Amino acid sequence: MSTIAVRALTVNLDHVPVLHAVSCTVESGGWMALIGPNGAGKTTLLRAVAGLLPHRGTILLDGADIGSLRGRGRARLIAYVPQTPVLPPDMTVEEYVLLGRTPHLSYLGGPGRRDREKAAEASDRLDVARFGYRRLGSLSSGERQRVVLARALAQEPGVLLLDEPTSLLDIGHQQQVLELVDDLRCSRGVTVVSTLHDLTSASQYAGELVLLHQGRIEAAGAATAVLTEDLIARVYAARVTVSTDPGGSTIVTPVREPPAA
Amino acid sequence: MNASGRRGGRLGAAGAYGIALAFLAAAMLVSALVGAADLNPVATVAAMLDRIPFVHLPSNLDPLDRAVLFQIRLPRIVLGAMVGGLLSVAGAGYQGVFRNPLVDSGMLGASAGAGLGATLAIVYLGGHGYGPAAVPVAAFAGSLAGVAIAYLAGAVGGPGTATLLLAGVAVGLFLAAVQTYVLQRSAQDLQQVYYWLLGSLSGATWQQAVEILPYSVISVTIVLLHGRHLDVLSVGDEEARALGTYPGRIRLVVVAACALAAASAVAVSGLIGFVGIVVPHVVRRLAGPSYRLVLPLSLLVGAGFLVLADTLARTVVSPAELPIGVVTALVGSPVFVWILRSTSAVHT
Repeated sequence: MSTIAVRALTVNLDHVPVLHAVSCTVESGGWMALIGPNGAGKTTLLRAVAGLLPHRGTILLDGADIGSLRGRGRARLIAYVPQTPVLPPDMTVEEYVLLGRTPHLSYLGGPGRRDREKAAEASDRLDVARFGYRRLGSLSSGERQRVVLARALAQEPGVLLLDEPTSLLDIGHQQQVLELVDDLRCSRGVTVVSTLHDLTSASQYAGELVLLHQGRIEAAGAATAVLTEDLIARVYAARVTVSTDPGGSTIVTPVREPPAA
Repeated sequence: MNASGRRGGRLGAAGAYGIALAFLAAAMLVSALVGAADLNPVATVAAMLDRIPFVHLPSNLDPLDRAVLFQIRLPRIVLGAMVGGLLSVAGAGYQGVFRNPLVDSGMLGASAGAGLGATLAIVYLGGHGYGPAAVPVAAFAGSLAGVAIAYLAGAVGGPGTATLLLAGVAVGLFLAAVQTYVLQRSAQDLQQVYYWLLGSLSGATWQQAVEILPYSVISVTIVLLHGRHLDVLSVGDEEARALGTYPGRIRLVVVAACALAAASAVAVSGLIGFVGIVVPHVVRRLAGPSYRLVLPLSLLVGAGFLVLADTLARTVVSPAELPIGVVTALVGSPVFVWILRSTSAVHT
């Protein structure tokens, strides 16, 4: 069980307020997508929940305040995958996935058999075990993203924080990664909070959308409520049409103004 | 695919340890046998093995050769091995902490601090007859003080490794300027200081090895215990924190231990460059980047490397000696360039 609730979260970066009293909740096993234009505060919100930024307000995990929880205790509950993770080029996939066990190891302890098993299981789950011997520098973008997810999964977190997990991927790999994440969510009950640029993907995968604009929540709820032409036009300064596909997902399509004759 | 192919040309841990140990043993043996006095190889090996507890081997080494072996060559070999191991572990530790392959124990004000300490001891205490005893202590203290000043100066500038390194460079330049000023006023000591700065093991005694042993054991143990943490740091501070570690704390502990290791080495050998950079790189090429392997292997390979370098230093222009710093730089620079070339070929 990992219900995450953020209450009146305020973050200043270099004395500039980036998030203003943001509150939102995602139920255990749910998927919340943070959307909004560049600079809206999506990544900041994610990093604050990961415990990487000083903040005011409270972050509750299953009702318990985890604001004071630091270090390994927090890392055993929450895994964070940044938009561009640092992948040491000469490290092997196997070694890298094993780093995910760090929160479960004592200060001077090394990974034991159980840790290797968990890492191998995570690698299997994301289909990276078969190239465990390869160096990270030799992987394609899609493989890198799966390896990073495997590391996060080896952490055995209740909550998975993903910053733009699909930003460097082609449309096929985007779908593949999002399906994998959804699979983990369904099979393991992991709660997912992710930022997503692609609004259609957000509507297809996330049960809850939170639209951030200039550090405040502009709208939150189901895709049909959040993804409206007016709101997108106002927040993103973009021209789009919003439609619904036969499956019930909301489709956001960019529209080009006809060139002046 | 065979095992080595699967690892991209890397050795497994057992193979790497085997090679490193064999290299160290071979280096020590060669060094024990080579020199002005011509020792009988078989008798020498027997005499050395005889000293190992529970091993009893009769050796027909005559008393004079025995004295050469046990009072002149072996202390020098052991001290050389310790210095090489310490400098290499410290270099590898710094490289892990700063995620920068070009850092070694000379950075962060350590060398400049040691140089200033030794210079002060030679210039101001040498005339009173305390010089020989004071130089190692002064170099040791100066090396630690240099790192401490750099660390404090860097910490003021906020977190992050770049600030710390820049502070180290600034502190190093400052201390070197002070040293130059002191030397300028006391030109008669120039040669002695210069000789010390280039590094030498020519005065090696068992006493020196015993004196630095406690610091060596403590510092090396602490650094080796942090191999896994350095692996975690290699994904960057932010992700290391998200994995539940405290990069700042790890950095402080490892830097302190590396500073102690390097200061112990500097105290008995003077400044010996290049070992701390070259050795960890060679080890990485053999065994991959994981610090859980790189640190202990650097200890072994560094020890062997310096023993060999010292053997060259005392034999090439015999009966005179080359400063060992000259040998490590002469051997180290080309090796280093070669490593850089072949490494970039892999990455680009």
